[in-house]
Amino acid sequence: MAELRNAVIVGSNRVPFGKVGGAYAAATNIDLLTAAIDGLVARFGLAGERLGEVGAGAVLKHSRDFNLTREAVLSSALSNTTPAYDVGQACATSLTAAVQLSNRIRVGQLDVAIAGGVDSASDSPVAVSDRLRKALIRLNAAKTPLDKAKTLATVRPADLAPEVPRAAERRTGLNMGQHQALTTAQWGITRQAQDELAAASHHNLAAAWDAGFFDDLVTPYLGLTRDQSLRPDTSVEKLAKLRPVFGDGPDASMTAGNSTPLSDGAATVLVAEEGWARARNLPVLARIVDAETAAVDYVLGGEGLLMAPVHATARLLARNGLALQDFDFYEIHEAFASTVLCALAAWESDDYCRDVLGLDAALGSIDRAKLNVHGSSLAAGHPFAATGARILGTLAKMLADKGPGSRGLISVCAAGGQGLVAIVEAC
Amino acid sequence: MNLDGIVSAALNSSLGRTVAAKAGFPAATELRRGDALPGGPIVLATVEPTDSAHPDRLVADALGALGVEAQPAIVDTPDTRTTDAGGRQRPPAYPGRIGAVVVDATGADRVGQLEQVRAVLRPAIKALEPSGRVLIVAGDPATASEVETAAVRQALDGIMRSVGKELRAGATSNLVQLADGTTAAELAQVLRFGLSGRSAYVDGQPFVLAEGAHDQVTAEGRIVVVTGAARGIGAAIAHRFAADGARVVGVDVPIAGQALAQVANEVHGTALQLDITVPDAGERIARHVVERYGPDARIDVIVHCAGILRDKMLVNLDEQRWGAVLAVNLAAQLRINESLLEPDRPGGIADGARIVAIASTSGWAGNKGQTNYAASKAGVMGMVRALADRLTGRGIVVNGVAPGFIETDMTASIPVIDREIFRRSSSLLQGGRPVDVAEAIVFLADPATPMNGQVLRVCGQLIVGR
Repeated sequence: MAELRNAVIVGSNRVPFGKVGGAYAAATNIDLLTAAIDGLVARFGLAGERLGEVGAGAVLKHSRDFNLTREAVLSSALSNTTPAYDVGQACATSLTAAVQLSNRIRVGQLDVAIAGGVDSASDSPVAVSDRLRKALIRLNAAKTPLDKAKTLATVRPADLAPEVPRAAERRTGLNMGQHQALTTAQWGITRQAQDELAAASHHNLAAAWDAGFFDDLVTPYLGLTRDQSLRPDTSVEKLAKLRPVFGDGPDASMTAGNSTPLSDGAATVLVAEEGWARARNLPVLARIVDAETAAVDYVLGGEGLLMAPVHATARLLARNGLALQDFDFYEIHEAFASTVLCALAAWESDDYCRDVLGLDAALGSIDRAKLNVHGSSLAAGHPFAATGARILGTLAKMLADKGPGSRGLISVCAAGGQGLVAIVEAC
Repeated sequence: MNLDGIVSAALNSSLGRTVAAKAGFPAATELRRGDALPGGPIVLATVEPTDSAHPDRLVADALGALGVEAQPAIVDTPDTRTTDAGGRQRPPAYPGRIGAVVVDATGADRVGQLEQVRAVLRPAIKALEPSGRVLIVAGDPATASEVETAAVRQALDGIMRSVGKELRAGATSNLVQLADGTTAAELAQVLRFGLSGRSAYVDGQPFVLAEGAHDQVTAEGRIVVVTGAARGIGAAIAHRFAADGARVVGVDVPIAGQALAQVANEVHGTALQLDITVPDAGERIARHVVERYGPDARIDVIVHCAGILRDKMLVNLDEQRWGAVLAVNLAAQLRINESLLEPDRPGGIADGARIVAIASTSGWAGNKGQTNYAASKAGVMGMVRALADRLTGRGIVVNGVAPGFIETDMTASIPVIDREIFRRSSSLLQGGRPVDVAEAIVFLADPATPMNGQVLRVCGQLIVGR
């Protein structure tokens, strides 16, 4: 096999993440993804260029947007001859795209690519009921006015109610928060610990904004210049006053404050072959060393819906001969504060690591000062498919600032009991 | 429709125009813009030198270099006048419209010679086409060896400015003051700008030439940094440089990022989101230049365009409004220049580069409610002169542009009545466009332009000023 090439992260761009129904209420997924691509193109002077490929996706997607990424490319400042494809792996979508495209660059199929993701909870696809949908298909096929009338007559008033997309698992009927509440209770994660993590996320993100850290990571859009969910003045005390929204009974601990808000936004990462980037004098920040996807059986197997990254991490570390402590930064997607805390608890548990992950002993604890140091999804918001690219772009900059050889771990959980983790290293 | 729209519609309706004209507000003329020279013939008049042993073909040669076939001027003297049926004396007239009159007054050093200027301008002004040009070329009073020569050269400045106020229909009047060693090629560079539509909104302005212009180098590929590039004048500057093939780095505050990205992509340049008031702004610009254009890349042109307004009468002006304007408009560019001018800094300002700063006519004349703004813009003019003197050894040229009333988002915030007054106070009876400022900056950033340490007004002769 030929020597693999080096694929590097040149930089990234996202729009500030909006609240559902907020600044981007009227923007579509194509609008948002186009804005994120255009900001990236402007930052690196790529207007009019043909890139190797753009891979991106959305979780909440209209059927008419089957070619979402290609449409965004056509709307963008890139050359219209830039190919694109849609990719989907729930909340891991844009990180999956980055891993795929990085690998394609490494084997020599591409020189430069953009990985991205977008989601709009505000402009979500509303579907019709199956009965109405099937009636409409028959109506379309009906030849005579009488046939058409007969077809219409089969539609009942109840069929007309729209189906709004829900973050519910088809296999269990539980939504993601309800699933996570089960895992939270299983691991005994306290309300206090969750609120502390949430407050830290807001404070860290606010500090990063104030320091200008996002000057070359974010391009404002539609008048929104900072993440709309960010509350710099929140505190553990304020968060403690919120009513639980997931889980039952007196121990219910998951609130709107320690769960990610529904969000609108898009994020992109520019990945290139190292020589391509250097020939253009572009920054060479970091590279994706390796990545691992895991899936857990949350339906019958008793594992928590969002615990897959814990499994993936164990396998990834083993393959790379690394310990959990061998990282300068940890970026664990905050789907819920307790998702992060459950992962940390699981890695620290001898029993779990031995019995469930099949290891000799616990992976151990991490230095919390290295965790989500510039905030994460609780504060920034979580436009599902965009989160992976947000994290990868942020981490690549942090690693480049830290210096060559510094290393980061990304963990993103995804619907369907899946999870993607990746090792990223500064060049 | 907002108040602005109502006032504008009223003034531009046929009734409104009639009323405005009756009230002494004649309608504005659409200005000739772009590279085009005047449509009609260009007339050259030469003031006879007192010293006949001083044959000076400089102006004629410069026009020749432009490919202009200058026509002889018609001269108003008692002998050339005619008497009409009513017995009134009529000056001689051109048979049709003329495009421009160029007066070569390089030989003028006695008061009596000024009559020759009057004699050629009288028929010429009468015949001047819309957006025509009056250009007087003379020596620089500052370098005159005799007192009377200095006085005569300064008198030409007074003639030029008054003519500017008398001209109609978008015609302008400007003066070129030569340096001792000005060549025909250098003068041609200035005359080309002055005659073309690129100087549409430059009026009543002396162009004081300096020695030591560089040879013409290609504009293709020059690295041009423009601060405040997201909108208005800055965006127009970015577009104008890009049209000449420059590689443009657009800089603006992060919150203007969306507009900045659009401009950067339109001009196929790069965007740098940066608050220029941060202490390391210069270093970050230099780093961006290196990280986009290579370790040996240097800035060929930097245009300091970023500026803000925080207008208040001084009695109502607090330290925040004062400080913000001085920080953005003046302190930031002083600090950025200092950083980028460090010798051998990768991504810094190249030897032989051009710096252009945006001042304002408020900096010349002062303006009610703008002590902070006028302070910053007058400060910029001080900076331009001082920096130009200090950088001649490195071949770096520093000039400024002082816009008057330009139609932008920033001036759209001025109350509507004041805005209309500003427009109509200029000799051209209208506001300028961002591209008018951009044209003057591109001219000053051209290595072939023999000017250094100057501040050029682009104000349609709005106010008094140098």
